[in-house]
Amino acid sequence: MDANDIAVHIPRLRRYARALVGDVTAADDLVQDTMERALHKFSLWQRGSNLRAWLFTIMHNTFVNQVRAGRLTTISMSEESGHMDIEVTPGQEQQIQIRDLVSALKRLPDEFREVVLLVGLEQLSYEETARVLGIPMGTVMSRLARGREKLRVLMAGEPVPVLRRVK
Amino acid sequence: MSYGSKPIREDELHAYVDGRLDDNRRQAVAEWLAAHPEDVVRLESYRKQNALMHSMFDAVLDEPVPSQLQVTARRHRRPALPWAAAAAVTWLVVGGAGGWLLHGYRMAQSELPALATLPQRAAIAHVVYTPEVLHPVEVGVEQEAHLVNWLSKRLGTEVRVPHLQAIGYDLVGGRLLPDQDRPAAQFMYQDAGGRRLTLYVRTQEAHGAEATAFRYSSQEKVAVFYWIDGSVGYALSGEVDKAALLRAAELVYRDLNP
Repeated sequence: MDANDIAVHIPRLRRYARALVGDVTAADDLVQDTMERALHKFSLWQRGSNLRAWLFTIMHNTFVNQVRAGRLTTISMSEESGHMDIEVTPGQEQQIQIRDLVSALKRLPDEFREVVLLVGLEQLSYEETARVLGIPMGTVMSRLARGREKLRVLMAGEPVPVLRRVK
Repeated sequence: MSYGSKPIREDELHAYVDGRLDDNRRQAVAEWLAAHPEDVVRLESYRKQNALMHSMFDAVLDEPVPSQLQVTARRHRRPALPWAAAAAVTWLVVGGAGGWLLHGYRMAQSELPALATLPQRAAIAHVVYTPEVLHPVEVGVEQEAHLVNWLSKRLGTEVRVPHLQAIGYDLVGGRLLPDQDRPAAQFMYQDAGGRRLTLYVRTQEAHGAEATAFRYSSQEKVAVFYWIDGSVGYALSGEVDKAALLRAAELVYRDLNP
């Protein structure tokens, strides 16, 4: 068990980071910091437990620290900021919807975006998501429901009800 | 919200979207939805969100992993100590040093300040010498062999000069500089537009840390990527954007490690 085992997970860590942070360079910096931490903390990983979930946990903690330290600004609330640094394959309606989703994701508070992405994109189970984020299952479900509803409303272009932050 | 004997909870609607219900409950939800068309629309839009996320981001899975991430993985291989012991040692060190300055595997505590000074020294040397019109370097590229021999002798290690023509930067030359307690070298590069990059090189005790990943630091307007390879610390500086500098740093690394 060594760095190779971690390296296998890089593509998925990158996908999640890209969706979470948006900017390609910032996302890869997050992956890199996550890997460095993971390698340093490898002795704390419980052999036989889910390595991928453990890596996502470290990425979550790294992300939270970076946001807190002001090194990473994830959400720009302005309508103009729309552009994410990712190529979209041309395809009329689909492309418009993707663009709407991306801009709606950016406007979602971090803690909602994390849940929506871990469940919807990374297909972690609700239990895994709770463990990765260090929150109870009930909180996962309520953030999932609220996050998805907010995304739906944003994408539909309806006025957004104010979200109460759930801790 | 209820159906039959057991009420349908909002959680289950999401589990339905995510395909995480057992057959019984899936059936119950499906029947309940038949009587709740507005929820069908809502759940369909949640399902669509998942599908769109995949259309948007799955391509990342097929992208080649950037070299700086591969470097991190590769360089951490080859444990000379059992993993647990090595990781425990490193963890103490990193725990003490804190966030931004993360370090190579098994790096000794005494050299943490030394590594921290690398990007600073490099950035200072960059801003001092890059504006020079008449004397940007001590020894010009026309005497490249001499430059390399001289600096190798003074630094006490084999110094090699990477070439960056592939990205439009020509070597101008190099110079010897004083670092804290040792000599250092600076190589200067220039592109057709007169923009200059400098590569700062000094010996760096590694205590078994064969290498670190690329680290980034910005000092005023100067961006710096720095790393340790073997017993040598490198810092590439430029007043260019981070992505461009990273490309240059990758080229330097590849050229030095063919």
